[in-house]
Amino acid sequence: MAGAFETVIGLEVHSQLLTQSKLFCGCPARFGAQANEHVCPVCLGLPGALPVPNGAAVDMAMRAALALGCQVRTQSVFERKNYFYPDLAKGYQISQFALPLSEHGELSVEVDGATRTVSIVRIHMEEDAAKNIHGVGSGTDTLVDFNRAGVPLIEIVSGPDLRSAAEAEAYLRRLREVLMFCGVNDGNLEEGSFRCDANVSIRPVGQQQLGTRTELKNINSFRFVRKAIEYEVSRQKAVVSGGGTIVQETRTWLESSATTVSMRSKEEAMDYRYFPDPDLPPLQVDEARVDAVRAALPELPVDKRARYVATMGLTESDAGVMTGHPEIACYFEGVVSELCKQLGNGAKLASVGKRVANFIQSEALRYVQTEGLAASLPGAPEALAELLALVEDGTVSGKMAKSVFSDMVQSGRSARALVDEKGLSQVSDAGQLESVIRDVLASSPDNVAAYRGGKTGLLGWFVGQVMKATKGAANPKLANELLRKLLDEEA
Amino acid sequence: MAQTKIPRDQVEHVAKLASLMLADDEADRLGHELGEILAYMASLDELDVAAVEPTFHSIPMGAPLRADEVIACFPRETYLKSAPKSEAGGFAVPKVLEGEG
Amino acid sequence: MPSMPAEVHDLGVTEMAAGIADGSLSARALVDHHLARIETHDAHLHGFLHVDVAGARAQADRIDRARAAGKPLAPLAGVPIAVKDNMCTRTMPTTCASRMLAGYQPPYDAHVVECLAAAGAVILGKTNLDEFAMGSSTDNSAFGPTHNPWDLTRSPGGSSGGSASSVAARLSAAALGSDTGGSVRQPAAFCGLTAIKPTYGRVSRYGLVAFASSLDQVGPIARSARDAGRVLSAIAGYDRRDATSIDRPGEDFTASCGEAIRGVRVGVLAGAALEQCDPEMQASFKAGVQRLQDLGCQLVDVKLPHMGHGIAVYYLVAPAEASSNLARFDGMRYGMRKPSGDLRQTYAQTRADGFGTEVKRRIMLGTYALSSGYYDAFYLKAQRVRTLIRNDYEAAFAKCDVIASPTTPRPAFEIGAMHDDPLAMYLEDIFVLPPSLAGLPAVATPCGITRSGLPLGMQLTGSALSEAKLVQVADAFERDLAFDSLPPGLGRASEGA
Ligand SMILES: [Zn+2]
Repeated sequence: MAGAFETVIGLEVHSQLLTQSKLFCGCPARFGAQANEHVCPVCLGLPGALPVPNGAAVDMAMRAALALGCQVRTQSVFERKNYFYPDLAKGYQISQFALPLSEHGELSVEVDGATRTVSIVRIHMEEDAAKNIHGVGSGTDTLVDFNRAGVPLIEIVSGPDLRSAAEAEAYLRRLREVLMFCGVNDGNLEEGSFRCDANVSIRPVGQQQLGTRTELKNINSFRFVRKAIEYEVSRQKAVVSGGGTIVQETRTWLESSATTVSMRSKEEAMDYRYFPDPDLPPLQVDEARVDAVRAALPELPVDKRARYVATMGLTESDAGVMTGHPEIACYFEGVVSELCKQLGNGAKLASVGKRVANFIQSEALRYVQTEGLAASLPGAPEALAELLALVEDGTVSGKMAKSVFSDMVQSGRSARALVDEKGLSQVSDAGQLESVIRDVLASSPDNVAAYRGGKTGLLGWFVGQVMKATKGAANPKLANELLRKLLDEEA
Repeated sequence: MAQTKIPRDQVEHVAKLASLMLADDEADRLGHELGEILAYMASLDELDVAAVEPTFHSIPMGAPLRADEVIACFPRETYLKSAPKSEAGGFAVPKVLEGEG
Repeated sequence: MPSMPAEVHDLGVTEMAAGIADGSLSARALVDHHLARIETHDAHLHGFLHVDVAGARAQADRIDRARAAGKPLAPLAGVPIAVKDNMCTRTMPTTCASRMLAGYQPPYDAHVVECLAAAGAVILGKTNLDEFAMGSSTDNSAFGPTHNPWDLTRSPGGSSGGSASSVAARLSAAALGSDTGGSVRQPAAFCGLTAIKPTYGRVSRYGLVAFASSLDQVGPIARSARDAGRVLSAIAGYDRRDATSIDRPGEDFTASCGEAIRGVRVGVLAGAALEQCDPEMQASFKAGVQRLQDLGCQLVDVKLPHMGHGIAVYYLVAPAEASSNLARFDGMRYGMRKPSGDLRQTYAQTRADGFGTEVKRRIMLGTYALSSGYYDAFYLKAQRVRTLIRNDYEAAFAKCDVIASPTTPRPAFEIGAMHDDPLAMYLEDIFVLPPSLAGLPAVATPCGITRSGLPLGMQLTGSALSEAKLVQVADAFERDLAFDSLPPGLGRASEGA
């Protein structure tokens, strides 16, 4: 039984939608409140309360679905998933089952140069559960906080198409990126707004039939995803190689021991008694609504990267960095477009893009801090574009630009103001520079004579003298030209 | 199809799904009663409805969609005061073993 | 009509509102009079679970002050009304007649309660019901049965038995009930009253504690179709908090009251169900149909071929929805908790102790019907047959405007009569269930009385949103019949109490 095994992984991702209010009531959907301060009769499941769906949540779910290439159903159905648990106010969760909002999408991921296209079986809408808090009360009781109860979620179910933990991680990163660029999720694994369960099985290489799978829960970081799946695969291989069989069960990742442990086996699996929620008529989205969402779909990161490489002169690696976060991409594109505007017709997008990307990577990124979808940036794109325009027209040297940028970030002042104030601009005025050069030539008649006698190698020495006289502010290119002209014409 | 009594293990399974503790005699009585009622329901079997769409909502309509507007919440005491037990702003419940849901 | 209304409590909703508006009645005096009647009579009837003496008086005083200040009065200003105890009230407990919710006071008012307040009604208190509205006797109340004012040994029907009892005994001018499968119509029939089960979606369910969400509707019980229509006008209308609410402007359902009903096509139900009725019921129904014809209605034979299956469909669909709706009563956030070992045991023990026999029976039945392996055979099949019942009505309403049938096969039964035979009890709902399953409006109106002095009722079912037509027909019928809705021994001063 020591033959080679193939790993088969499917992922179920729960992603909170960034609506203002909850899925079925007007309570705030954002975190940060004291326990149970964002609750009402609806999300507490009080007797007589009724759900009314949030249109923005439907639109966001559709945005994610369309971004992932899914087909949106014009009629989907909210159903009740019935089970008892303290984090479930009504004794059922409102979800979608037989007729989900969308199906049949896909997402491609690349690992070690190989591309894997992962099918997205379905994306459906459901409400989040409350939070059970342990070890806070005076006794052994669990305390339940319903602030999160009813926050809109989409569940994104992949096909069993992933073949390694690395692919699973890559898929999650890509998926998270898509959701963030669509503005529907903040990508926060640690706080649980982007959560993942993994279905893992192994089978002998060449076998078509899927092996018995286990479901891994509680994997709330990219690192854990990889470690948990790798552990689970090796555990399953050991079981099978040892002549045992895999039990279909739910297992949880324990970071403390870096193992997965069994939570519940199939035999104890719940019978959820799904049925259409009689409080909610079918969710109907007409073609016009789908089209409006589709039309407003932002450019996806994968498309941005391709465009950056194709038209802006970026390398794959540059493009990856520039799409590291929606706000960075937005900043980068803002700087490029503003700079092109300032430089006028002559500007070549390819060279401008590359230089902007280089500057952002070497200078600007260190000031960028992201938290979820929000990011603090080192000023407006216009401000950096103004500085880079000064570099382009020779007013400021590339080296100076770095220190100017740092001053800009510190002071919040414009590049132009800082350059003027500190006299940092290069002496690029030909008349002004010519008088400096004449002074230099006048004070070194011997060297002038030697140059004119053929020792043209002295040009460098003259440039040095000019730079010294201008405290380095002379535009070196112009100084060269003028020196040559004056030395030669008066021969 | 006419069953007259639901077997005990099935009654207990359903009671577990419904989170109902049943006394011995109660489970026994329910087995008989449900059996009798369900035997009556079997009268529906005389109809061939495989091709008939089900009616889940008696008045055909689509769900109205709410605008994404936040409504101010009442202080949590409004709700916690009705709880059998509460502590530190939370609803206190018997210890939950994670994963048993 | 009775020869003369000797007492203020014999006045109808319309007359009371008019008297208060023109100053001939004081709202405070009217409410005090009714509170006094509750005090006297409800000890025997047990229609109320809670009486809000202070709240009712305060509201009456507000109405009197508003009138004195010359302000315009709302349509039900000063009219004393009772509310079934499964509708949420912020200032009164809402128990659903269950131990589970004993003493529970919701933090909000149901939509219909807000509507009554906005219409100026004085809410006297909360009325008894079968626990969580499951039953047709009001025996299944954790707080004891309600009695029928016509015969205290008999049931007022259910589940809105407390509401019907209080209106029949003139302890309130009208009352709100809820109707899932006949729960306002059957009590109205048993108590000689008129009730309207509106089109599903006509009245918001927000704040009505759910029994079976796809069937539940709040409806008025009153002593005339006109009064019931007036109360319905106050509570009907779109509410965006209920996703099943029909988006329609308000309507005066009494607009056509008093108009002749000549030419209205009345479908008369024939078939086995009728033949199985009590002979007196059959005779009374036939006389009622004859009366409609005499009033100029055109009689049409109609068939609802799948009506008989309504019982099986209803007793699968309603318990299935109920099993899920009642899952929230788990002792965690509100209501009672019976601590017992671990979490799972606490759930199970709380629900075992908190729910009564009939509720547990239906939760078990509904859970079974939804469970893996039985969903298709029971729940889904029932919902398919429900479509056939809807189609039957569609075909019938191509030929007629309203369908007449008895409301119940028999007059009020004795309290506790069918306790041990749930199926026999369910079979009595044969006439009231089909309109519920199809979401259609139906009015129950008195059509006669047995030799032993028990009221009998006739049900008029209409197509969706035809409440105004139903009220018009029932009103014309009632005025012609002149049914004396006063139970013996209750009311006129000369008869004492
Ligand atoms: Zn809420």
